[in-house]
Amino acid sequence: MSNDPIISVRELSKCFGDFIAVDRISFDVARGEIFGFLGANGAGKTTAMRMLCGLSYPSSGSGTVAGFDVMREGERIKRRIGYMSQRFSLYDDLTVMENIRLYAGIYGLTRRQMLRRAVTVLDRLQFRSEADTLVGGLPLGWKQKLAFSVAMLHQPEVVFLDEPTGGVDPVTRRQFWELIYEAVADGTTVFITTHYMDEAEYCSRVSIMVDGQIRALGVPADLKRQFAVQTMDEVFRTLARGAKRSE
Amino acid sequence: MEMNEAVVVEGLTKRYGALTALDGMSFCVGRGELFGLIGPDGAGKTTLFRLLTTLIDADGGRAAVDGFDIRKDYRLIRKRVGYMPGRFSLYPDLSVEENLAFFAALFGVSISDNYELIAPIYRQIEPFRTRRAGKLSGGMKQKLALCCALIHRPSVLFLDEPTTGVDAVSRGEFWEMLGQLKNRGISMLVSTPYMDEATRCDRVALCNEGRLLGVDTPQGIVSRFDAPLYALEGENMYGLLLETRKMPGVVACYPFGESHHLVGCEGFDPHRLVGELERMGFCGVSVRAVEPGIEDVFIKWMSHE
Repeated sequence: MSNDPIISVRELSKCFGDFIAVDRISFDVARGEIFGFLGANGAGKTTAMRMLCGLSYPSSGSGTVAGFDVMREGERIKRRIGYMSQRFSLYDDLTVMENIRLYAGIYGLTRRQMLRRAVTVLDRLQFRSEADTLVGGLPLGWKQKLAFSVAMLHQPEVVFLDEPTGGVDPVTRRQFWELIYEAVADGTTVFITTHYMDEAEYCSRVSIMVDGQIRALGVPADLKRQFAVQTMDEVFRTLARGAKRSE
Repeated sequence: MEMNEAVVVEGLTKRYGALTALDGMSFCVGRGELFGLIGPDGAGKTTLFRLLTTLIDADGGRAAVDGFDIRKDYRLIRKRVGYMPGRFSLYPDLSVEENLAFFAALFGVSISDNYELIAPIYRQIEPFRTRRAGKLSGGMKQKLALCCALIHRPSVLFLDEPTTGVDAVSRGEFWEMLGQLKNRGISMLVSTPYMDEATRCDRVALCNEGRLLGVDTPQGIVSRFDAPLYALEGENMYGLLLETRKMPGVVACYPFGESHHLVGCEGFDPHRLVGELERMGFCGVSVRAVEPGIEDVFIKWMSHE
């Protein structure tokens, strides 16, 4: 594994007409980090994340994700990363196993790889007995854990999680975070957005976006010291209150 | 039934085939009370909201809203309650003001009748009144949905996870709005996955698998936590978590923001734990006693289920 940052972007911007959704953001994410990408609703997080995932091309700037150019190699980036969207990304009217097979096919896994990873996923989630259950009938927390595992099927070097724990209860949220810790222990890099500020504390480093710009970036303990507050919640509020953009 | 209660629920049961979504639930919401409902997905919260707003029928038990029976008097109840469902339920192709006019017409009122009630909220989205609701941001949709649920001046307001997916600052503003509505005498039943919001309620019910685990004031719920609780910190937090769980005397250990929370058994010796962990090679380990919060109680009760 190389020591180059897995994500490295400089002055990345995205404009929609006159509107600057993302305004010259620059940062590096080291391999094996849990990078928390925070910001208020409408700050530009999802737009930025879509550029990093190869789903949309930046208007200007430069950078790489998993070794590929964000300005022109979106298709290659897509194959190398995992992505779990804010909205649930599995098919409700397929079973657990059918969803795994579908995504394994999309990521180009062989049948043998698919079967081996399916067993691993079902065992780790203790889902064996649910393999033939329609995903639509699963509780939200289970769906989220399955969606995470499916995003990891092709063993990507970096996985992007867009509000994976929104609306999830405190116990299931913690179970989800243990999946994240396990993935990181196996060498995966995690890039995550969340509105739960206790989860910001679980990150190696966090950035906070306001009005399309990154206004703070660092280790949670350092940010709290810098803002002279006790919690990440207070750091976030201090910055987000100054937002000019009305969502 | 009791006229002095906003909501009375007695042994309420609802089944979907083999699944019992609501299993003999009983509780009351007082007039003017801000009552919180917390529990995991599948606890029966949305089913409860749908029963109390008379959208579905119960299989057993009874309930009254604003003094009226949910089965017999459903027409009367529908005029008196406001409901903000978990999913965005406005018409995306209608503009902000068209949505509001539509909901006012449904209830046979005009917007001006109750404008002063919604004014503090509506003023924030008024600059966008000609924008289609589907094109609004999450926070603005939520404010419009609240206006539409309030336009007929309901006596009881039902809010199903109104702040899910909303950032910390907007959540705070939303709860300030609920506080103002409470001051206007509106009774509210609100579900939330955020434990910090539960502490802003007058009383809270914890539920799981269709049953109530307990109902109390936030302080009352916290006082039911009856085990020694500690905050554990050190380097390599994930390793610390896994190893601490295996230690004798440790009932539970879970991540809690910048530290881990550790529930000890009776007579638990924190100094001994630190010694053990340091012998195993963990650096900078510290353990200190902390006061529990609602989140700790929720985790404890859920793990006993």
